[in-house]
Amino acid sequence: MTTTTSAPAAPAKIASGRSGELLTALGVLALLLAAPFLFYPVFVMKVLCFALFAAAFNLLIGFVGLLSFGHAAFFGTGAYIAAHAAKVWHLDPLVAVVLGGLGGGVLGLAVGFLAIKRKGIYFSMITLALSQMVFFIAVQAPFTGGEDGIQGIPRGHLFGFIDLNEPLPMYGFVLAIFVFGMFALWRIVHSPFGQILKAIRDNEARAISLGYDVARYKLIAFVISAAVAAAAGGAKSLVFQLASLTDITWQMSGEVILITLLGGIGTILGPVVGAVIVITLENYLATLDVPVTVLIGGIFVACVLLFRRGIVGEIEHWLARR
Amino acid sequence: MSPPDAILEARGLTKEFLGFVAVNNVNLSVRRGSIHALIGPNGAGKTTVFNLLTKFLTPTRGAIVFDGVDVTAEQPAAVARRGLVRSFQISATFPHLTVLENVRVALQRKAGLATQFWRSDRILGQLDDRARELVAAVNLEPYLHAHAVDLSYGRKRALEIATTLALDPVMLLLDEPMAGMGHEEIDRVVDLIRAAAQGRTVLMVEHNLSVVSHLCDTISVLQRGEVIAEGSYEHVSADPRVREAYMGMEEA
Ligand SMILES: Nc1ncnc2c1ncn2[C@@H]1O[C@H](COP(=O)(O)OP(=O)(O)O)[C@@H](O)[C@H]1O
Ligand SMILES: [Mg+2]
Repeated sequence: MTTTTSAPAAPAKIASGRSGELLTALGVLALLLAAPFLFYPVFVMKVLCFALFAAAFNLLIGFVGLLSFGHAAFFGTGAYIAAHAAKVWHLDPLVAVVLGGLGGGVLGLAVGFLAIKRKGIYFSMITLALSQMVFFIAVQAPFTGGEDGIQGIPRGHLFGFIDLNEPLPMYGFVLAIFVFGMFALWRIVHSPFGQILKAIRDNEARAISLGYDVARYKLIAFVISAAVAAAAGGAKSLVFQLASLTDITWQMSGEVILITLLGGIGTILGPVVGAVIVITLENYLATLDVPVTVLIGGIFVACVLLFRRGIVGEIEHWLARR
Repeated sequence: MSPPDAILEARGLTKEFLGFVAVNNVNLSVRRGSIHALIGPNGAGKTTVFNLLTKFLTPTRGAIVFDGVDVTAEQPAAVARRGLVRSFQISATFPHLTVLENVRVALQRKAGLATQFWRSDRILGQLDDRARELVAAVNLEPYLHAHAVDLSYGRKRALEIATTLALDPVMLLLDEPMAGMGHEEIDRVVDLIRAAAQGRTVLMVEHNLSVVSHLCDTISVLQRGEVIAEGSYEHVSADPRVREAYMGMEEA
């Protein structure tokens, strides 16, 4: 038995991929360090929170192939818990965000447990239904403040001495959460576990036949995604000093899908680019007297038709083909 | 009762799809260490039998005993962990992983390197030596870093076998491992299967009767969901019902 055939496909791509990612990450970090001096800090912080939210969502759609239509439940839960922890329990802002993330993770375990064995559209529908249940709980429960939400959340003092009411320390706080969250997600994608996720996404039946309990792997990913989304929600509630029903509506679940698809699913940078575009558009359009959702929807349709892989996805595709 | 040297036994195995009986009361006994073929015309129910044996489908009736354990109620992944590992009729690789990564995925579970999400995947490098050996054994070494999706059909099959062998399974179930291959590739896969069968049991679905006659110890013939004959190639090929069924197969 001898193989006498042409040379294999280029193996060099693997090495360049990771150093390329590192360079891009450093470039983005440099931009983000300069950003609060160039733009309104609250705007940049909002972008960071939504970028992290979308990146958490992207872990599922991009690397497990699961389209969650209820991720606002986790974002909103994290926002409410962090808000409550900071305002009522007077906890350290970092502890508040971490508690928000943990709360989202626990909710993710419950939702994931019920949804994870469903496939395709059924998975999306169950996550939507369960997130609507969470929404109604938020409307009814006393601690969320109903229609008013939780307002006037104190940003507090990080570690007891860094005053987060100052814009730059607050920005540094949110940037640190963002960087840590993005690093965690990147690490998961490039971990032994991430390798199994890719295998499951590629060929689920084959992964089962190799002895993997695929539901367990998907559930772990789901819980991590929910926890990171909730931490993003927690950070957002401290930035705006507000946690409200808006954070937990199905429209918010739709917005994170939009951000991710626009930026490029399955890319590390896509959710960040998507968040920059969508948040910028929303802020700009809010100053005009036009129906924002309709416009965003139209732009979304145009983008999906023009670049199927999302903006970062198309760029990566173009670079890979050169 | 079951013969003492049977590694896999199906008793009264039946599968109905909304009233359509795809597999009907199949009794199958595969002897430990043998290469056993399951043949029959298209639509006879061979793939369904495989799906039942590996628990990818739940039987409507019947029992499956593997290596002395009743696995009828087990999950497919659990059956695989017992060492009963299948391939698929449509070749089953991880298309966007490289050849090396494909084999490594199979090695990761036993090495305890499957759920760690906090570590760098560089640690998987410790599996590379073993993975390379397995890849070399199926002559795919030149393609170590090629993506599975880019391989020819025959090489995908070879990769599938290397991945399966990485689990060091007790028994292999191969669903049409040579379908759609040219002569040269078939010879190569026959050699691979023969090598893989060393110290193992193989149950395979195969259409190519000349391959079956050379490779397999026992043949079961399935038609319309039922076993109509079983035994050596000489025995089975002399059976008039098999000749009739086989003529149908030739036409298809
Ligand atoms: N999931 C399913 N649902 C309904 N019918 C099925 C299903 N799988 C197989 N069948 C039917 O069962 C019969 C046997 O199919 P199969 O086991 O694939 O045959 P073979 O592998 O011998 O060609 C066919 O008539 C097929 O249409
Ligand atoms: Mg078949």
